[in-house]
Order: sequence, then C-alpha cells, then structure tokens
Amino acid sequence: MTEPNMPVTEDELHALVDNELPADRRAAVENWLKTHPDDAARVAAWRAMGNAMHARYGGVADEPVPTRLELERLATQPRRWMIGAAAAVLLAFAVGGGVGWFAREAAAAVATAPDPVDAMREEAFAAHRLYIGEVRHPIEVRAEENHLLPWLSRRIGMTLRAPDLSKFDLKLLGGRLLPGIGAPAALLMYENSAGERVTLYTTPLKAQRSSFRYQEADKFASIHWVADNYGWVVSGPADKPRLKSIAMAAIEQSERR
Amino acid sequence: MIAFRPSVEAMIPALRRYARALTRDADVADDLVQDTLVRALRSEKLFHGGDIRSWLYTILTNLNRNRRRSLARRPQVSQLNEDDEPGANGTEAEGRDIERALAGLVEEQRSALLLVVLEGMTYREVAEIQGVPIGTVMSRLARARAHVKMSIDGEKVTLRRVK
Repeated sequence: MTEPNMPVTEDELHALVDNELPADRRAAVENWLKTHPDDAARVAAWRAMGNAMHARYGGVADEPVPTRLELERLATQPRRWMIGAAAAVLLAFAVGGGVGWFAREAAAAVATAPDPVDAMREEAFAAHRLYIGEVRHPIEVRAEENHLLPWLSRRIGMTLRAPDLSKFDLKLLGGRLLPGIGAPAALLMYENSAGERVTLYTTPLKAQRSSFRYQEADKFASIHWVADNYGWVVSGPADKPRLKSIAMAAIEQSERR
Repeated sequence: MIAFRPSVEAMIPALRRYARALTRDADVADDLVQDTLVRALRSEKLFHGGDIRSWLYTILTNLNRNRRRSLARRPQVSQLNEDDEPGANGTEAEGRDIERALAGLVEEQRSALLLVVLEGMTYREVAEIQGVPIGTVMSRLARARAHVKMSIDGEKVTLRRVK
C-alpha cells in the first residue's frame, strides 16, 4: 500500500525506534538509513538514550518493594491524615476558637492505664528543656548535612519533612534521634535570631488520633497531637497563639507534597 | 474478570521505576506511588475490567502534575549536582547525564518519553494516559528526544573544553 521509495519522515524514525512502525515500511526505513548517515546517527543516539534510561532506572523495578507500599497495609489504613485528621483539626480551630479547640474527648478515650500520649508528651517536653539549654551541642546532626532527614526518616519509619517556619523567624538548626515510647523518636530544633528555640518531636505511637492539646509549665509550653499512628509535639516558649500557629504550619507542611 | 489486587500489586515495581525517573527523588517517588495505590484501592469497587496498567500510570501521571503545580507556588530548592564523586565510572556518569537531561524537560515531554521508552507503552496508550491525540504524543516525544540529545551532547562539549 505504502510507496516503498516514499521519503522517510522524522515520525517514522521515532516509530522505528519505538517498534511502532507498520511492518510494510520497516524495510524501506532501514534502507533509507543506509544512505542517510545523519538520520542513522540520530536513530543510534535515540537508542543509546533509551539504553541509558534503562541502565539508570531499570534497577528500581528490581528493588524490594518498601513495606509502606504493601497493598495489605494500604488497604487497611484509613484515609491519609492530612485529608482526614488534619482537616478535622483545622476545622476545629476555625469553628471552635475557644473551648472546643482541643478535643478532650479524644484524651478521655485513651485515658486508661498510663496514657502513651501523655508519656510521649512528657518525653518530648523533657527533651525540649534539656536540649534547648545546650549551647554547643543542642543537636546531633546539623540541618546543613543533607543526610539529616533521610536518616531520621529511616529510624522512625516515616518520611520526615522539616517544616519551613521562616515566617515565625525560625530557622532549622538540625536534629537528633531519641529513645521514644517503645520506638525511636526524631527531634528537630529551630532557632530564631534572638536565640529562642522551638522543637518538633515525632515518634510512632499506637494511640487514637487526636486534635491539638496545649500544655504549659514554667515559661515553656507544648502542643501535641496524634495522627496516623504518629505522635507529634511542638514545644517552645509559653505563647499559646504563636505555638498554635507553629503547630498548624507543621501539620500542614508535613503532608504537603 | 481479572483479579484486581494481584494485578495492581504486580505493577508496583514498574510504577516505582516510572515515578523515580519522573521525579528523580526516591522519597517523593514512593510517596507518589503510595498515593496512586491508595486511590486505586479506593476505586476497587468501581473497577469492572479494563487496562489496569494504563489506569495506574494515568493516576500517577496526574498526581505528579498536581504535585508539581503545588510546588510551583513555593520557592524551590534545587539540588546541585556539583558534588558528583570524581571516581564515578562511565555508567554512573552516563546515568547522571541522562538524569540531568530528563530534569531539563517540560513535564509532558518527560512523561511521554518515559512512558514510551522506559515503560514500553504504545503511542496509543500514552495518548490515553495523557488525554491527548496520538499526534501530540509523537511531537512531545520528538521534542523530548531532541532536547535530551542536545543536553547530552552539550555535556560532552563542556567536558572536552575543560580538558
């Protein structure tokens, strides 16, 4: 049907490389390449490009699938927490404002035996007070080291992202790994130009999801919450509205891609 | 009807490969795959046969487009490649070249090129995934290849000049 001597188009050259060329044009295109070295060179370059792509990325498909991508796990998991719990938290803030904004009923529901949420909050608060006082070694790994977040993420089993708190004049100093309640915990430390420090603590925690809870003790305060089997604690100077804004920034950014 | 979950499961390695090449960041890539799988599972009951493979690539491609849109609204921290180890052998250097070249492509071209070359999808399938006519896929592919070739050739020229 097609004319064997018809000039070869660029589309046909691509189709040849991609095995999309109709069988009746194949011989014609291959013959064309014998007498058109420029086109032959292009085809060769495209094939080399394909080989380089396979060499670079092909191995990814042979890697073991990370557990967090196992279908069984994903199927049993409730909705992602940013669209579930965090939205509920933000809503609670927007609507509640006063009394309703920290949900006590969530606390009551898990308040049997020693509460793991309270234990976590105590740990985080103690770590905050201990390490913000350190002048020379407040952190273990500096923010500039690009292995900081991958390392902490690996240890706590979740992709940890350091929220950008620059609008609160807070700059990430770095972080450290801590023993948590039955699992490792990550502590990120921020500092403002006045040397004031704020920490963000997170650790795997089997507890019921909760919205923000605020607690204050001699000039320091913390806000903690639980979402998707992780507990979070933001600690800093006792300034409720500011800490609340910081916690909201953290919750928003920890799931934003 | 084919079993839904085993078919999705069998696609996870390929989705990870595509996502990794698309984003060039292992964490972001697996996040994308996770979001894709969660959405797929949510639609399990709506599934009445059809091409699971194309469908999954479509979800992932769309999610990545959304992700990039939301990233575009924030200042970007771009990764520098200046600290490449000097002892890298030929294959590694080539891998970096292709990575850099892919990074320079616009999203639609990168996705078209990866789906055809890396994932072995047909032009027709890619047209469906991207929601455009086949002619558009072919021109995206042609522009992507021209751009990658230029980038790789340029890399060689720079190297020669330095030496």
